[in-house]
Amino acid sequence: MSAAVVATGLGKKYRRRWALRDCTLEIPEGRIAALVGPNGAGKTTLLHLATGLLEPTAGEIRVLGLTPGEDPGLLPRFGFVAQDVPLYRGFTVTDMLAFGRHTNARWDDHLARTRLERLEVPLDDKVGHLSGGQRAQVALALALAKRPELLLLDEPLASLDPLARRDFLRVLMEGVAEDGATAVLSSHLISDLERVCDYLILLSHARTQVAGDIDQLLGAHRLLVGPRRHGGGRIAGVAAVVQEDHTDRQSTLLVRTDGPILDPAWEVHEVGLEDLVLAYLGQPSASALPEPRLATIRQEASQ
Amino acid sequence: MIQFRLDQRSGVSTYVQIVRQVRHALRLGMLRPGDQLPTVKEVVASLAINPNTVLKAYRELEHEGLVEGRPGQGTFVLHTLGPPSGDHLAIRRALERWIRGALAAGLEADDLIALFETSLRDLQDEEVVA
Repeated sequence: MSAAVVATGLGKKYRRRWALRDCTLEIPEGRIAALVGPNGAGKTTLLHLATGLLEPTAGEIRVLGLTPGEDPGLLPRFGFVAQDVPLYRGFTVTDMLAFGRHTNARWDDHLARTRLERLEVPLDDKVGHLSGGQRAQVALALALAKRPELLLLDEPLASLDPLARRDFLRVLMEGVAEDGATAVLSSHLISDLERVCDYLILLSHARTQVAGDIDQLLGAHRLLVGPRRHGGGRIAGVAAVVQEDHTDRQSTLLVRTDGPILDPAWEVHEVGLEDLVLAYLGQPSASALPEPRLATIRQEASQ
Repeated sequence: MIQFRLDQRSGVSTYVQIVRQVRHALRLGMLRPGDQLPTVKEVVASLAINPNTVLKAYRELEHEGLVEGRPGQGTFVLHTLGPPSGDHLAIRRALERWIRGALAAGLEADDLIALFETSLRDLQDEEVVA
């Protein structure tokens, strides 16, 4: 399977601060990827590099096999919904659709219009008068009308109430299912994305900390509860301890496994996506990346 | 046509929930051979879930020989499932005997549930139970 987005040693520096550094990742085609990390981790920077709005300071990024900002053939093939949903507030929804139709060679006006009508978004109202949820739906409809192969969405749910979130994700999933598109959604809240995403990229401190298929990641992590553990003796089946908590009697470990954990001293629990993300965020030195090659690069870089 | 629903707090993965709901509908006769399952697009538009999750569930049902994907048309039921085999009543009586014995031995309701779930999971790990 080929990759929709490939970053190799990608970095972006603003004056003296790296907003993104040594970012190496692959988002396979057809996936719905969650780009997660605390505020300031580099999510928006990564998305802006992917769209060509920013140029890399180091490394390279390829999107659908092309270089953003250099290959004009890339523009019609992806859709981008920016964080602040930049629409012309004085335009009506119909004006926005006409604008999209005239500036895009590939444009499915009927699709956008029926979708917005079904959601009861008033097409003759000015964009500035719409609710936050309706504005988000307009931005999504405009992005989907390009019938893109790749959709990049920066914090699309942040300003929406729970009902509007659900509606937004419904329309997004329907659009993605229609064209088999790849989607990348950034968020600082993983719970929003748990239902829809099957691929996780965790950024923290401007670096990629975890990347991979969500089912595989969850399958390879367990929470162990047992009697207080002293020292760092190896537990059979545990590849790495991501996070540990101790009381005077008990130890709780979130671990990455490389085999079954059969030691009866440990009670073994499955972990949820949120637990996994929080455990890694709490331990910036731990990482889980798809290929050993990447892990080696990281180790060298941190030495 | 049937409609899927999701219980997000059940801890059961979404695709397993879909597989179970189809099996359940087949058992109860809500789905019969020739019936069409909701399209992937319909399911994701109503539940706001990942299309790959629905595809995974349908692939599993296909693998079990219960449904068949027809390119460009959708997914159709091939076989129905009878009611669960085995003598329901006898199984239930045996369970009640076990519960009475466990309560008499001093276990509480929570202990019973934990014990049942652990044993079920162990057997699932040995792949005795699907």
